[in-house]
Amino acid sequence: MSTPHAAAVKTEGLRRTFGDFTAVDGIDLEVRPGEIYGFLGPNGAGKSTVVRMLTTLLEPTGGRAWVGGLDVVAEADDVRFSIGVALQEAGLDENMTGREILATQGRLFGLSRSEIADRIEQLAPILEMRALDQLVSSYSGGMARRLDLAAALMHNPSVLFLDEPTTGLDPPSRLRVWEEVRRLNREFGLTLFLTTQYLEEADELADRVGIINAGRIVAEGTPGELKRAIGTDVVTVVVDDGDADAAKSVLEGIDGLDGVDVFGDEVRVGTENGSQALSPVAIALGSAGIAVRELSLRTPTLDDVFLDVTGTHLDAGSSAEGSST
Amino acid sequence: MTATSTTPRTEIRPRRTGFVHDTVSIARRAIRQLPRDIAFIGPTLFIPLFFLVINVASLSEAAAFVDLGITYEEFQLPVAIVFAVTGVTRAGAMVLDIQNGYFDRLMTTPVSRRALLLGHMVADFVLVVALSVPVMILGFFMGARFDTGLLGVLVFVLIGALWGLGYTGIPYAIALKTGNPGAVNSSFIIFFPFAFLTTAYLPAENLSGWLSTVSTYNPVTYVLGGLRSLFTGWDAAELGKALLATLALAAFTQTLSLLALRGRTSPK
Repeated sequence: MSTPHAAAVKTEGLRRTFGDFTAVDGIDLEVRPGEIYGFLGPNGAGKSTVVRMLTTLLEPTGGRAWVGGLDVVAEADDVRFSIGVALQEAGLDENMTGREILATQGRLFGLSRSEIADRIEQLAPILEMRALDQLVSSYSGGMARRLDLAAALMHNPSVLFLDEPTTGLDPPSRLRVWEEVRRLNREFGLTLFLTTQYLEEADELADRVGIINAGRIVAEGTPGELKRAIGTDVVTVVVDDGDADAAKSVLEGIDGLDGVDVFGDEVRVGTENGSQALSPVAIALGSAGIAVRELSLRTPTLDDVFLDVTGTHLDAGSSAEGSST
Repeated sequence: MTATSTTPRTEIRPRRTGFVHDTVSIARRAIRQLPRDIAFIGPTLFIPLFFLVINVASLSEAAAFVDLGITYEEFQLPVAIVFAVTGVTRAGAMVLDIQNGYFDRLMTTPVSRRALLLGHMVADFVLVVALSVPVMILGFFMGARFDTGLLGVLVFVLIGALWGLGYTGIPYAIALKTGNPGAVNSSFIIFFPFAFLTTAYLPAENLSGWLSTVSTYNPVTYVLGGLRSLFTGWDAAELGKALLATLALAAFTQTLSLLALRGRTSPK
């Protein structure tokens, strides 16, 4: 690992407990300058707690963290100058207009009146300029989220933290936020630390992904690397209850398969050539008298990666854990 | 990775500000919100006007048997001012900031943490002075007159506003400690003993028993005494006691609010 000063974000053994509950359990990560780092995990995995520590809102109970080479505890005030933050709940006062929120944000970072006006013009592609002088209470969810993003960018930070930036947005608004995230990274060289529970979002946006579960990073790499570790193709077989282990035994006897795993009544087969594997899989199971309810072929997703390292689907984890910590 | 540089194209660079700058920034925001919060200001203004009219109408004849040294309208005007300024606070708005995440947004800026509190209190000061105006106009309309002239009127409003500002420490402490709007609204109950266990309706010498004893320990008694003294002339002793009582209350309540602020803004 590089020195803290070379990385945009770096943590070593980062840990946070709340009483007896360990929300973040010794996380080591490093985000390079100009990178989009996707922090993927279900609700309650510890994503937001990590973000709150990295953005100086919460002190770690163990380990250390640096943003822009600055210690988030010892140099918290300096860290705040280099970070922009859009938390899970858009931090907006509905009794203010969009322009007032941006101006207040600018003033707190020492911007002059003309700098604030210039910066609002620069951020116009993100904003609904026609609504800028309307109260935020009249904004749609997507408009509010983009205003939140613009407020986080007012002081021209070098690292932007986005905590679940598209949660609760409709698909068109989500796509527009994605476009802005890409543009900010491409045109301004901004480093982005993005948490998400959406596989597609991490896949689409992130240069590298860290998968977090139960407070620990369980896998890390580019989306391509992570998915290639599963295999080029994935054959999924759903069998009757109780037949999965028997199916696994049968399939492990077939040549050319990279790995066979069981998750409930689902048997997942990794293979280099899925189309060639389908027939042998179906024939072998049929010969063994195992009824196949579903048989499908697809390329691996980050959910397969999550499944591989945690034993549960990301979606299942999301729905089971309730609110995030 | 799509980017090769971490240097944004804009020349804008954040810079350090000071406590006063931060306080002004927060106060500007809070003051701008005031006229948008009619649901809050309406009842706040109605209560003192209502009590002034009702108290004078219902008690002025009964009070004719008591030597007040001033008219009963003048006797009641300080009570209305204290009602107008006590508990008038943006603490409720601060709770909303905590609930909707705006407080966290502020906490990720380098803003002085104490400015977050003082900025709101500056807005409170502006509000209580503004609320005093219609109460004073009603008082003048009802016949109140200041022998101390315009300066006396200004001192009258200023002492009232300082008292109001001192009291705000209680709702802010509750707001910052609990982050609960219900708890902040309930804090108005704390004002009742201050408002009624005092010389609100009769002078101290006409109070008897436990009420007389309690009123001597109630700072509002001295605030009312100082305010009433301004109708008849400059009385340094009465004004001094009013300021001392205000400062004593402010020292206590603002200590509570600062402790609550420290707890709320601590990243521990």
